[in-house]
Amino acid sequence: MQGMTQTGFRYLPLVLLALGWEAVARLNIIDSQALPPLTHIATAWVDLVRDGELVDNGASSLYRGSMGLLLAVVVGGSLGILMARWRLLDVFVNPLVELFYPLPKSALIPVTVLWLGFGDGSKILLIFLGCMIPVTIGAYNGARGSDQALVWSARSMGANRLRLLWDVVVPSALPELLNGIRTALALAFILLVSSELIVSQQGFGYLIGYLGSTGAYEGMYAVVLTVAFLGFAADRLYQLLMQWLLQWRE
Amino acid sequence: MDGKGQIVVERVNHTYRPPRGRTVLALSDISLEVRPREFLALLGPSGCGKSTLLYLVGGFLPTEAGRILVEGKPVTAPGPDRGIVFQHFALFPWKTVRTNILYGLERQGLPRPEREKRAQAFIDLVGLNGFEESYPSQLSGGMKQRTAIARTLAFDPSILLMDEPFGALDAQTRLLMQTELLNIWKRTPKTVIFVTHDVQEAVYLAERVAVMSARPGRIKKIVETKFGARDPSILRSKEFVEKVDEIWNLVRDEAIKAQETKAS
Repeated sequence: MQGMTQTGFRYLPLVLLALGWEAVARLNIIDSQALPPLTHIATAWVDLVRDGELVDNGASSLYRGSMGLLLAVVVGGSLGILMARWRLLDVFVNPLVELFYPLPKSALIPVTVLWLGFGDGSKILLIFLGCMIPVTIGAYNGARGSDQALVWSARSMGANRLRLLWDVVVPSALPELLNGIRTALALAFILLVSSELIVSQQGFGYLIGYLGSTGAYEGMYAVVLTVAFLGFAADRLYQLLMQWLLQWRE
Repeated sequence: MDGKGQIVVERVNHTYRPPRGRTVLALSDISLEVRPREFLALLGPSGCGKSTLLYLVGGFLPTEAGRILVEGKPVTAPGPDRGIVFQHFALFPWKTVRTNILYGLERQGLPRPEREKRAQAFIDLVGLNGFEESYPSQLSGGMKQRTAIARTLAFDPSILLMDEPFGALDAQTRLLMQTELLNIWKRTPKTVIFVTHDVQEAVYLAERVAVMSARPGRIKKIVETKFGARDPSILRSKEFVEKVDEIWNLVRDEAIKAQETKAS
């Protein structure tokens, strides 16, 4: 009960913001074209869901986002852990990671389109490339920090090299790896929407751009808020997953 | 050397090469024999290389000069014939007490019912009933070390390598654990090499104490420390106190030397 009240208080600023928004829009303090009342946005949202536009575009976006992120987690996670254990790979790949790290990944939008066209492929590739960096770095730092005594203990109990990797190095890397994936999750949303906004005929980003350019600002806001909510919900769910996976830490 | 050693260390040198900085001769011309089911303490000031010697016997570090034989065979890698217990427990933090203890048994390929039975037997042995499903982070230091000892004993190594296992525990817990270790050792006799810098601990637990010199580590002297009874009552006996004094005199000079080299 107390927990629920506390959660309620935590989101009080959001409620106030929503009320303020409604008031400002209704009283025409800001041009109601530029900032439509929330109630109108809600109506537009219901319409978008009814005629299937939001759902279709959303499904396509979620597919791209989850595929790109999944690839980044599998490839980036393995790469980071192998780099930490295998010096030759480290020497070869680390400079590439360092070079690629500061590059704004959105600059690659035209490049991925050039390679894979306007469809799902280019978005998945972009998200994969962008998200791989934080995942690789997380896995690498986590795996490098694995305790020598744990490695030795496992070896003396008869673990071979592969076992050692799976039983000791991967779980040792888990806390930092999971943090890297959390960064990647946020990045996936950014890259998804910006790439769809620029070059796409489908997805949340496309819908935002399309509705905006046709003057359907209430619908545009409805999609923007939907994306914001999904991003928030995804991060919350991910945090729960992290807590569950790391319950052994106190 | 009478050739009866289960563990034979012959003229071993070891050079420590840090990634940066100059190389250090950690062990110099070490020769040592440990008999089957003997309890031997390696005693010396910090930095004398006693843990390094233990890691060499464990096969965790490569032997560069000289040789180390276990059961007549040269040591090349770690193996389940030599169990190790570390000062900071080295429990898998993501595994519970039970699954930590099960790990070695799984690697040995024991069938599941037998694994579970054995694990439970060793949980009982170290008195951790009721904590089977606890994670290491939920345990006290003493309980963590009990778990680590149970984990190592469970897969039944003939040799137990202990690297200052009670060094991270408070004084009361340490005394309890020492007595408990002796009881376990009496019930399941194993060859033990016990690294410590605590003279009283070495004299209390071991049958022989190998005193090491400050860096580079050499075996300065091996002292017999067998007493009739081995329980907390001997701690105040005259022969025990005298033995501690005798060994303390050997160690003191080395401890001072170790301090000086650290300061320089």
